[in-house]
Amino acid sequence: MMIGPDLLNIAIYLPLAAAIGVALLPRDKEHLAGPLALAALLLAFVPALALYLGFDPALPGMQFAQDLPWLSALGARYAIGLDGISLLMFMLTAFLGPIAVLSSFEAVKEHRRFYYASLLALQTGMLGVFAALDLLLFYVFWEAMLIPMYFLIGIWGGKRRIYASVKFFIYTMAGSLLMLAAILWLYFDHQSRTGIYTFALSAYGNAATGGTGMLLFLAFALAFAIKVPLWPFHTWLPDAHVEAPTAGSIILAGVLLKMGVYGFIRIAVPFFPEAAMTAGWPIAALGAFGVIYGSLTAWAQDDIKKLVAYSSVAHLGIVMVGALVLEPAAVSGAVLQMVNHGLSTGALFLCVGMLYERRHTRLMADYGGIAKVMPAFAAVFMIVTLSSIGLPGLNGFIGEFLILFGSFKVWPCLALISLGGVILSAVYMLGMYQKVFFGPVTNPANKELPDLKVREWLCVLPLLALIVWIGVYPNFFLKRLDTAVNDYIRLAGGQRPPFSLTQEGK
Amino acid sequence: MEGNFYPLLKWMILPPLAGFVLNGLLGKRLLSERTGGILGSLAIFLSFIFALLSVSDLLNLPAADRLLRDTLFAWISAGPFTVDFALRLDPLSSVMALVVAGVSFLIHVYSIGYMRGDRCFHKYFSYLNLFVFFMLVLVLADNPVLMFVGWEGVGLASYLLIGFWYEDTEKASAGKKAFVTNRIGDAGFLAGLMLLAAVMHAGGVYGLDFSTLSANARLAAGASFAGVNAAFLIGVLLFVGATGKSAQFPLYVWLPDAMAGPTPVSALIHAATMVTAGVYMLSRMFFLYEAAPAALNVVLITGCFTAFLAAVIAVAQRDIKKVLAYSTVSQLGYMFMAVGAGAWAAGVFHLTTHAFFKALLFLAAGSVIHGLGGEQDLFKMGGLRRHMRTTFILTATGWLAISGVPPLAGFYSKDLILEKVFASGAGFVWLTGLLTAALTAYYISRLLILAFMDKYRGTQHVHGSPAVMTAPMGLLAVLSVAGGMAGAAWLLPFLQPGAAPEHHSALMIAVSVSAAAAGIIAAFLLVGRRAEDLAAAWPRLHRLVYNKFYVDEIYAALVLRPLERFAGWTFRVPDSKVIDGAFVNGTAALFMSMGRGLRAVQTGNAQFYAIVFLAGLCVLLAAVLAGYYL
Repeated sequence: MMIGPDLLNIAIYLPLAAAIGVALLPRDKEHLAGPLALAALLLAFVPALALYLGFDPALPGMQFAQDLPWLSALGARYAIGLDGISLLMFMLTAFLGPIAVLSSFEAVKEHRRFYYASLLALQTGMLGVFAALDLLLFYVFWEAMLIPMYFLIGIWGGKRRIYASVKFFIYTMAGSLLMLAAILWLYFDHQSRTGIYTFALSAYGNAATGGTGMLLFLAFALAFAIKVPLWPFHTWLPDAHVEAPTAGSIILAGVLLKMGVYGFIRIAVPFFPEAAMTAGWPIAALGAFGVIYGSLTAWAQDDIKKLVAYSSVAHLGIVMVGALVLEPAAVSGAVLQMVNHGLSTGALFLCVGMLYERRHTRLMADYGGIAKVMPAFAAVFMIVTLSSIGLPGLNGFIGEFLILFGSFKVWPCLALISLGGVILSAVYMLGMYQKVFFGPVTNPANKELPDLKVREWLCVLPLLALIVWIGVYPNFFLKRLDTAVNDYIRLAGGQRPPFSLTQEGK
Repeated sequence: MEGNFYPLLKWMILPPLAGFVLNGLLGKRLLSERTGGILGSLAIFLSFIFALLSVSDLLNLPAADRLLRDTLFAWISAGPFTVDFALRLDPLSSVMALVVAGVSFLIHVYSIGYMRGDRCFHKYFSYLNLFVFFMLVLVLADNPVLMFVGWEGVGLASYLLIGFWYEDTEKASAGKKAFVTNRIGDAGFLAGLMLLAAVMHAGGVYGLDFSTLSANARLAAGASFAGVNAAFLIGVLLFVGATGKSAQFPLYVWLPDAMAGPTPVSALIHAATMVTAGVYMLSRMFFLYEAAPAALNVVLITGCFTAFLAAVIAVAQRDIKKVLAYSTVSQLGYMFMAVGAGAWAAGVFHLTTHAFFKALLFLAAGSVIHGLGGEQDLFKMGGLRRHMRTTFILTATGWLAISGVPPLAGFYSKDLILEKVFASGAGFVWLTGLLTAALTAYYISRLLILAFMDKYRGTQHVHGSPAVMTAPMGLLAVLSVAGGMAGAAWLLPFLQPGAAPEHHSALMIAVSVSAAAAGIIAAFLLVGRRAEDLAAAWPRLHRLVYNKFYVDEIYAALVLRPLERFAGWTFRVPDSKVIDGAFVNGTAALFMSMGRGLRAVQTGNAQFYAIVFLAGLCVLLAAVLAGYYL
């Protein structure tokens, strides 16, 4: 088979097909739900990998594109394809999926068919969002994703799962409705000007300017900002993370948050370049502020999961600076940093889940001295921690470096504020590490914990491999980004002027 | 590209990496302690051999052409940024690579004896190899970004090794303190690089390798940021990075705590090699400082102040390792004084001799601690010259070397620095440097007297150290004796081929030797009874110095605790109460109460509905009629 849209479709819909299969399993075969889901996602990773390797970094525009009539009466089409940016997001999703499934084998014992069916359906929704080139299709995948996530948190979550899942759902929904209104406005406006009903993303480059453009931009921006989550729209995240089962947290942090930034890059900025040029700085400033704010609030946590959740606010904040600064290195860094955050935070949630399965607590105070009891796990957790705080040689550094150095040329202030996160991340992450792993074993319940099992190694090793790989040889990933990043900057109205460094000053 | 392609360079950094992986992965289960130790040491020995080979090839080149390069691969390429994973060997990195690989090898061998029987023996060697790998990356890097990899990498190794005995919470905290303090410096380093890259890009220069940067340093001199000259700002920011790694004021506070690590680690990382990285970095980037002499003044003053402050603190410490730690801070201050006076080669010279004698002193201290079963309090030692003869002779060598007694190593390099500072016209700095030299001689003599002279005051049984520990110390002692003479003859012309040979004025030599002599004599007169009398005469002053001027406490009270409280407040009030409470849940509550309010109207009582209906009808009728008649 040629590497083309067929493979793309297989990669997207294989999980959904498997979801139906798993849901229809007879009750006495329920124990097969997990292995089946894992097999399906591993199988779906193969076409995704083929797409990644078959992607031609030199070609501009979308590759593996397919454009079929869908809802002809509305002008909606089934249009999919990938450019370098969506390719990386697509791969990240396809990569994290099997790990999330594998991490659930022992943690989830109830309603297993429904659980794995939800995870699989979620996978199709997420992959679809990154591949969609039609606004309506994008919106359908975007909303479809919400439902399985809602179930994952609401059914298999912790004590306050109902509160968290409803909060997650309503918060995201409120944003999406604004986006829907903006989409409809664009849709009818386009028809009134050209006589054509269409949802094609490519038809809406520079779709509106002036006050209208700004209002529409803000409608999209709010929907995406909630997803990122940008300060101050972030408070659904800690609740959702703390209550979600491990796999839910991995997917939530690893992929779902990226959709906010992706929305800015794919839709909000190219649609309304003029508004984005004006509002870019204030939004990026919220991001930079979020770096410091998220780090401080992370520092104040007693619950490991909540700490990691708040650290996501900080990490995504710096990504927003990179995405909106429209400097090629910074944008590439932002996209790579989304992958990095997916890997390191995904791995962190995975590790926290492993601790939780052993001790059923997430409070740092309940641990201490774990390094002696579980040395291999301590080493793994250390590498993941270092990745998260951006130690050079591991993945996090490459993204942060590119964002900081790229955005400094345009917005030196925001870059310097974001740099504060470099210091603070070490404070809260190493503080957490010390409380959990160092010191004497004081709690008798921690004396006899088993170290990593084979299944857990299988979850962690692929993540560790990528963490090191991206840190040492990031060009394997960066070189697929250049063309797409340049396209994005062109659609956004070109690079912002660098600030003046001459003797006279500004 | 300038320089000669030389693929051998990568072989300097690969063996320690392999050693790290092998000892780390195979570890206890597959390797015996003996094999693990030999493996770790052998890796460093290989690095040293490759360093020797490379340097000898470098020496065969004409002096103007001494640059070897090895590009492994294109590391980061995005937009206008291209950073290669590339190594360079020139005279500066040669000296550093030889010192690092050489001293590291000796300390690895010593560690086989020192760490014998430790539960995590293999992990120790694995970390130590990792350190050497990152240190050599730092030294050999061809651009500041790769240098930063080594820079933070050695910080990681330092963190892991300080907290090596992590079950002791205090030791684990010391590791974290080192990492975080270094991160503050590293943020400065990064900010400097960000500005440097922005200045270069603005001038159309996209290469970030040292040769390109050096050739375009004028761009920095001609630019300004926020109204300040860019070269000055970059210089100061990079120096902030150096104050972290090289433990200078105000970021030196982590180094004394870092003594929580095993003593060979203190010798290698926290005395001989890693902490000198700041001096090395400034020397490497000296082209920038040439463009910004004002930044050099900052370096000079900071170095001088740190040298003096740390020497004063060292005078009153009881813990043998703390004395040596503050001594290291102080000696590093000398190196920065040299760089600040524009004589970076003198700084690197002192870096080299200091690596020999300070590593020796630390290893000797380790031998004492080992022999006393872990005792570090100088007041519980004494008379050890009879019990540990070899260690005593070796310590005495280090004592003479650091005090600046001719013709030992410390004399040559320290004297050169003082001369350079004097020649630069900074009279007060020179005077302070001289006073610090006297203090240095005093505190190190005090250490020697308290530990080795008089009678044994402790209760522990004393045992000598094995040959695997004393032999490396012997080699370091030889270097501490001869390193100065050799360095003056070969090292300086090698580092600066064009420069005129140094002329030592007899007067300057006499002055600095008398400062050393004064310190030593004062120690032999005072230490013991009279020093205690002095301390008793000024109890407040003594407490102030003994407690290190309460700098740690001041930092905690002014920075750390307020920030931690602020973080807690941010979470409790703005985050939980305002954003999540008032806004998010508040909105939800608002709709909920609206719903509740409306529900009250829905009573289900038909008569009530009829009354409301009637009332509504009346209002409507009234409105219609009013509109008609009014």
